[in-house]
Amino acid sequence: MPGILRIAYKLLVNDRAKFAALLVGITFAVFLMIEMTSLFSGILSRSSATVINIGASIWVMDPAIQTVANTIPLPDYVLDEVRSIPGVKYAVPLYSGSALLKLRDGTYQAASILGLDDTSLFGRPTLLAGNIEDIFAENGFIAVKDSEFYKLESPQIGTEFELNDHRGVIVGIAEVASSGLFGVPTLYTTYNRALQYIPNTRFTMSYLLVEPKTPADVASIKAQVAKAGYLALTKDEFIKKIADFYKYQTGIGTNMLLMTVISFVIGLSISGQTFYTFILENIDKFGALKAIGAKGRELVSMILFQATFVALTGYGIGVGLCATLIWLARLYLPDYAAIITYTNLGLAFAMVTVIAAISSYVGVRKVLTIEPFDIFRG
Amino acid sequence: MAAIAIEAVGLKKWFGEGEARTDAVKDANFEAYFGEMLYVVGPSGSGKTTMLSMISGILRPNGGTVKIEGSEIWDLSNDALADFRLHKIGFVFQDYHLFPRLTTAENVAIPLILQNRKWDEALKEAALNLDIVGLKSRTELPPVKLSGGEQQRVAIARAIVSRPDILILDEPTASLDGDTGRSIVGFVREHILTDKRCIVIVTHDSRIYEYADRILKMEDGKLTGIERENLDAQ
Repeated sequence: MPGILRIAYKLLVNDRAKFAALLVGITFAVFLMIEMTSLFSGILSRSSATVINIGASIWVMDPAIQTVANTIPLPDYVLDEVRSIPGVKYAVPLYSGSALLKLRDGTYQAASILGLDDTSLFGRPTLLAGNIEDIFAENGFIAVKDSEFYKLESPQIGTEFELNDHRGVIVGIAEVASSGLFGVPTLYTTYNRALQYIPNTRFTMSYLLVEPKTPADVASIKAQVAKAGYLALTKDEFIKKIADFYKYQTGIGTNMLLMTVISFVIGLSISGQTFYTFILENIDKFGALKAIGAKGRELVSMILFQATFVALTGYGIGVGLCATLIWLARLYLPDYAAIITYTNLGLAFAMVTVIAAISSYVGVRKVLTIEPFDIFRG
Repeated sequence: MAAIAIEAVGLKKWFGEGEARTDAVKDANFEAYFGEMLYVVGPSGSGKTTMLSMISGILRPNGGTVKIEGSEIWDLSNDALADFRLHKIGFVFQDYHLFPRLTTAENVAIPLILQNRKWDEALKEAALNLDIVGLKSRTELPPVKLSGGEQQRVAIARAIVSRPDILILDEPTASLDGDTGRSIVGFVREHILTDKRCIVIVTHDSRIYEYADRILKMEDGKLTGIERENLDAQ
């Protein structure tokens, strides 16, 4: 490390009170920013759990649908119409709904029910126990072992329950990529059994799951479906549509953004003010350095180094603290919906960079304007 | 006669413009020689510090020239001027301006570090210079743990560590009691002043006049005369 930066480092860390205050400011801001954005990422990810878990390339739906949970059933003829579109390799129906289960101990538990196409079982989950063909057995349901699994009294294969006076039997335990947002357990069954067990409106298909022959066919399929008055979205488009709904149509996005901005402002206030005080307290020393022969760029490099060092250290501690908290929270709250993504980390890093830049800008301005003559004048 | 270290010709400096203009230094002319301890004395506000700043390359004059060892310093660019100060001039500030968060040795090593010398090498050199000023045992202490006189010695060690030709001391006894002040200036006279070094001291402390080779008097921005001259007696 160049000597001038070593001096800068010692000036910074040897002033323990200021250094601690700077670190606390940055760490606190990073912690809050990552916690808020991770929570939002977790919510967004879980809001699209069904889309992610089923994994279909194209989803056909009513244009009024905003999230995967609020289904608007499609008429049966839409299935035939979609299947007749050139470029469609296959199209299958999906039932998505909810039901109230009566468990063995007599309590009731709401559950999300997914009915897979009887012929293909397209979108079936990965089984941890049991055989997939048992889903065709009488009253067969597959329970998803996610964070809500315990709400079904952690069933085993053979565990029974009641659903609208129908007997249901767990024939398999499965795992999925993403847990749902609404805190209810998920059961898979066949499409026809879902229709049979759960009261429905005149139309029954929640979604049509479509696989194109080639990726080039996606655009024409979407256009043909639109002509029929319905909406076809790729998996990524559907996930984005759901995310946009939560971001812009609910208060969640605004509140998270507000909290993130507040965290940024708090971090900036604490760090900026402390760093400015630190510079002010040392301004005569910087002036003395200038008089002795330090060049302006050397003093600037000292300040930038100090700001960068504090920012990176605070960022590291903040990320570590947040990761630890989320890990601990998940140990005790299995459905805690926070995910630290690279985007969250990048966003927090960008904001910390802005904090460091603004703090050091104020310091640099002050140091560059100090005249060594002022040191002589006292 | 010794060689000229500093030559100031027609130095002028004013602050403000128009009716607010204040003339701090008015047409100052003087020379300082190697091997000489030159005092600039005068009451507060007489322009001593302003003149000191101009001859040390810190404050640009409005008129006149300053030659150090025959070269005009105010023709240099800002970076060249900073380099010039770093290599040619040692400063002892009135309030010392030592870094409280650095050790004594690190404080002394600063000019060498600014000259891009290696850290360990600079600290070793600093320790040698602290030995010269009698503070060898204080190298690892922070300056705040030292007395006022010791801090002044640390500042002197910092000023001489890069072996400058010219040493500038601004009110070196202002924060010290009479005995300590005299012992410090006596020490500088005895151990720091050499034939190849010129020392300029700005002071209004008459108790240390006895150590001066020459004393220039300043009043209202003008050099009004030479109070004492014993350069030839050296």
